[in-house]
Amino acid sequence: MEAAMDLMRRMPPASAETALNALLSLLPDHSLDLLSQVDLPLQVCMDKETLKEYILCEYNRDADSYRSPWSNKYDPPLEDGTVPSEEMRNLEIEANEVFSVYRDQYYEGGISSVYIWEDEDNGGFIACFLIKKDGKGTRGYMQIGSWDAIHVIQVGPEEEGAAHYCLNSTVMLSLTTDNKQSGTFNLSGSIRRQMSMTLAVADGHLVNMGKMIEEMEGKLRNSLDQVYFGKTREMVCTLRPPPEVLNMRLPDS
Amino acid sequence: MGTWAIFNRPEPAPHHPPPACSHVPSVRVAIDPLPTPSLLSHPSRALHIAFPPSPPTAPAAPAPEMSDEGGAGEPLSDSQKREIAVWFLSNAPAGEIHYVAKDVRALLGDDAVYEAAAAEAFPEYNKAHLVSLELPDRSGDIIITTYGELDRNNYLDPRTAQVATVDHIKQTCTKLRPAADEELPSAYIEEFRSALDVELSKYVAEAYPKGVCAVYCTSGKDIEGPGADFGFAVVISAAKCSPQNFCNGSWRSIWTMDFNYELQFVDIKGKIQVDAHYFEEGNVQLDTNIDCKDSTIMQSPDDCAVSITNIIRHHESEYLSSLEESYLNLSDATFKDLRRKLPVTRTLFPWHNTLAFSLTRDLAKELALGK
Repeated sequence: MEAAMDLMRRMPPASAETALNALLSLLPDHSLDLLSQVDLPLQVCMDKETLKEYILCEYNRDADSYRSPWSNKYDPPLEDGTVPSEEMRNLEIEANEVFSVYRDQYYEGGISSVYIWEDEDNGGFIACFLIKKDGKGTRGYMQIGSWDAIHVIQVGPEEEGAAHYCLNSTVMLSLTTDNKQSGTFNLSGSIRRQMSMTLAVADGHLVNMGKMIEEMEGKLRNSLDQVYFGKTREMVCTLRPPPEVLNMRLPDS
Repeated sequence: MGTWAIFNRPEPAPHHPPPACSHVPSVRVAIDPLPTPSLLSHPSRALHIAFPPSPPTAPAAPAPEMSDEGGAGEPLSDSQKREIAVWFLSNAPAGEIHYVAKDVRALLGDDAVYEAAAAEAFPEYNKAHLVSLELPDRSGDIIITTYGELDRNNYLDPRTAQVATVDHIKQTCTKLRPAADEELPSAYIEEFRSALDVELSKYVAEAYPKGVCAVYCTSGKDIEGPGADFGFAVVISAAKCSPQNFCNGSWRSIWTMDFNYELQFVDIKGKIQVDAHYFEEGNVQLDTNIDCKDSTIMQSPDDCAVSITNIIRHHESEYLSSLEESYLNLSDATFKDLRRKLPVTRTLFPWHNTLAFSLTRDLAKELALGK
């Protein structure tokens, strides 16, 4: 698995799906591991009952069908598809509504979904928050951008009024310009972080999870700015320093 | 190596196992065209693997499609495994093929298949990335490129007029010999070639801290005097590998020029590719390229050399500025379009009190149900 994950870290992000398929065929016994550890750009589906869109991921999939967080139904319909318990479902409904507002505030558009289910092994529960946003540049270049965020929080059982939250987040970003003048420019990829906290449950799990995600997204956004725009740009300038830098060096050589 | 967090992400709730190779839903409706088109045509069947488009140095590599020979779930045949291995190796970023090779070898668990794949993939990778190897006699570097390829393992270094035998997988030169007369251009052509080489080397040494370059005659190498057309290819390659900083990058430019005797004209075309890979807490890759065109009049070898080098210098500096600008634009426009730093209220989201933000939906009612 370690070799597989190292490969995913090196393959071009645009070919992530092909790479994952190749790995799945080489390691059929690890398919569940691979599918849950490797992130691909998020796909979206339309819930025909509520006419709302929802995001697809391993956490709402059963066999070949996906469960909508709005209607709680599988598409295509599945007789014995796994659904969360009533308590989880209620939390899930609330989470979807509140997260939707959060999404609107920060992303001014986009699609979000939350999936929650009981953690039978550890007590507590697991929640997966997803956001997908596509953007177009406004300046007449042909620009395409997309932001996909996946936050998975493992919440431990409540003990003495507090619970332990473990958040694993991935943000996948893709930015492309393509025109005759400046050629093709594509900057894409993903970064991942983890954060764990033990918090009092007085205000409810949703508040705790929400704040963690908000903080994490802020950090990731800044990191992306530094990483995406910083490191790669720095590399380009190292390969071929801009004239100002060269001129500074000339007196020495 | 590196801080790639292998998340122990919780497994999804127990549910039906996935049918082999079918993580892609059959009812997916792509709302917006994704920049990464899906290559699966059917969720549980064909596994298409196409080679990445090759840069101009390599001969047009066929794009082999590998359809599932058995049904999904049957073990892969050796040739399928080899194709997958070749795909991974070919897609390794600049300077990383050895790391990728190590992973692929571990995954295949079959040395024979790995070796066959490596024998196929390494030469193409080396040519595509304009890998440069130090000559055994320390007289300089030789660039592995189609333009200098005499046969699979033998490459010409025009500057020192030597031919090196190369081990592609180890990326070293194993033998060196002087080039035979038939392998070198005529004195007439060589005048142009070496004048250009001298000018170009000056430019490359100045502009690229770690660049190498070479000039090859691609056609008309036996022309004895003025009166016929000939063609050159200029190859510039600069790579920076900092695996300890989790960052690698490469600049590759290939310029071809056609010297047209009748029109006394030199037609110049170029392709510049710049890549960077940063992988400290993830996998971020920059992939850019541009095609350029220009021309100049035919003159003496020295004047041609200066003129062509100036053209190359001009376009390459322009491209660098254009990359800077692209960075600025993407940062200003598109990134901000995607996610704001803070909501319009300039405060963090009030998780306690979402009533303040109720939209047309009856949020208050929903919240009353919850925790």
